[in-house]
Amino acid sequence: MIATESLSKRFPRVTALDRLSLDIGPGVTGLVGANGAGKSTLIKILLGLSPATEGTAAVLGLDVATSGGAIREQVGYMPEHDALPPDVSATEFVVHMARMSGLPPTAARERTADTLRHVGLYEERYRPIGGYSTGMKQRVKLAQALVHDPKLVLLDEPTNGLDPVGRDEMLGLIRRVFTDFGISVLVTSHLLGELERTCDHVVVIDGGKLLRSSSTSDFTQTTATLAVEVTDSDTHPDGTRAVREALTAAGAKLHARVEDGLPGAGHILLVEATGEETYDLVRDTVADLGIGLVRMEQRRHHIAEVFRTADAADAAAAEAAPEPAAVQPAQHAAQHAVQQKGGGRDAG
Amino acid sequence: MPAELTTPQGTDPTRIHNIGYRSYDGPRLGRSYARRSLFSQSLRGAYGLGRSAKSKVLPMILFAVMCLVAAIIVAVAVAGPGMTDLPVKYTRYAIVMQAVIGLYLASQAPQSVSRDLRFKTVPLYFSRPIERVDYVLAKYAAMASALFVLTATPLVILYAGALLAEFDFADQTKAFAQGLVSVALLSVLFAGIGLVMAALTPRRGFGVAAVIAVLTISYGAVSTVQVIAWEQGSTGAVEWLGLFSPLTLVDGVQTAFLGATSAFPGGEGPSAGSGVVYLLAVLALIVGSYAVLMRRYRKVGL
Repeated sequence: MIATESLSKRFPRVTALDRLSLDIGPGVTGLVGANGAGKSTLIKILLGLSPATEGTAAVLGLDVATSGGAIREQVGYMPEHDALPPDVSATEFVVHMARMSGLPPTAARERTADTLRHVGLYEERYRPIGGYSTGMKQRVKLAQALVHDPKLVLLDEPTNGLDPVGRDEMLGLIRRVFTDFGISVLVTSHLLGELERTCDHVVVIDGGKLLRSSSTSDFTQTTATLAVEVTDSDTHPDGTRAVREALTAAGAKLHARVEDGLPGAGHILLVEATGEETYDLVRDTVADLGIGLVRMEQRRHHIAEVFRTADAADAAAAEAAPEPAAVQPAQHAAQHAVQQKGGGRDAG
Repeated sequence: MPAELTTPQGTDPTRIHNIGYRSYDGPRLGRSYARRSLFSQSLRGAYGLGRSAKSKVLPMILFAVMCLVAAIIVAVAVAGPGMTDLPVKYTRYAIVMQAVIGLYLASQAPQSVSRDLRFKTVPLYFSRPIERVDYVLAKYAAMASALFVLTATPLVILYAGALLAEFDFADQTKAFAQGLVSVALLSVLFAGIGLVMAALTPRRGFGVAAVIAVLTISYGAVSTVQVIAWEQGSTGAVEWLGLFSPLTLVDGVQTAFLGATSAFPGGEGPSAGSGVVYLLAVLALIVGSYAVLMRRYRKVGL
């Protein structure tokens, strides 16, 4: 869908993108980076609105430098900021935007009605946008990006300003854009945690450089974790500790760190699952101790944890080899490996 | 009877299906179609069509005033005994009604461009097939067309009235055609000035004030100084002072080339020679407005 090759964008004072090479396939891809990491600059270049200083980029197989108009006809864009006039209704606005994308009048009206329904706007779509809540406005912005049935949508911080419920709904909607509508998504966020539920693939950039690019499943399924909670009994006043000791003695690997901030966090054991036998081991151990098993559930890794450890490793590597040129090939190698994995996933 | 009306279970043909997502395989009409769509949307918007009822009020009232005054002139021409020509010439009508035209431009130019800038809708346009030049051209053409509708419709009423009163057909047709050319020039010039003012002041209120200020203050200042110059006997100064306000520019051009009687004090309009300077000034302003708009939108891309 998107391929960039040593793409750079330099402004007089800052380097927004620095030899960025990406290969993004179909699916939902998260683009993560702090503010100023170069996410918006990348989107501008991908839409053919801003020339790259050097390097090349192609969207849907079209060169951004020469085919900007053709790309924009097949791509939808949802900006980060407010972009809606308050005095027209969602229907009128989205119909107009559909026509601006080249849809004939009748098709523009039909597609608008369909799209607004799919993003979850019903009767309110006839009212002026000025009276909408933030969540509804975000839906209208998403609808105008989808109304011309693009092959790819670029969503810039779509969850900005939403409350937790609205955030979840928006993320669910984004997931559906690919699974139900068949439209590939590139979604930016500065919150890593949001993207793990939504994205198939995550790209992290920082300071215009590629930090990491991997499929989400790589992060979260390499090691499954079991969360185990047990009761206390008369013979074992601290059931959790008893199970921990018994499991360690049986050779199971336990995570030292428990989830903070949750009620009863101290009573949850995180056991690394190496296969079916781990489940049996936990069951047997608890049964042998004669205490009650409250729950045993699979817990996915959070991407953030992976990056936290990865960042620490990077920092250590950087300290060991302060020469930036030495770090660069390592990153390229890592990225290359990831691309191969990505290809395997697409084929499967 | 009611028993017959109940449909047997399972045969009711009206059921709601969730048809899911449908993809679009129809035509995509591309850039020039999008430009035309933006033009027609902006032109309709300039009369409040496709917008809220509230935003229809002012442009429609102003349009009605323009037409009503023309209708009254026609009534006088038809009913008045011994009339051989319209009491107000075609080329003079826009100058007489300048306050209405100015008010219209001041109210509609900001709604056409300031809204998109203020609510940051512009990036949504530029993420679509159209380019900056398409956006500027469509907005400019729409504003000029809206002004032309406002200024040419009363001329049509005057012409119809003149024919009804059986004034000389050839004379009337020639004067009517000259009047149309004049208001076309005025529309393009005023649209450019109004859009530039509005595009540089994203707050709508300031935009309205800026357009009114540029049109009325410049006209007021120029005509006052012209009167003073004329009373002191310097008719040459009167001729050149007209270069400094949009309306006197149009007046100068139509006096020199379109058979109009100048509204300058003493009717001291420019001759054909100095009229060329007026025409060049008008064209320079139109091109300049376009250039400023293009420049303005270079920064607001995305």
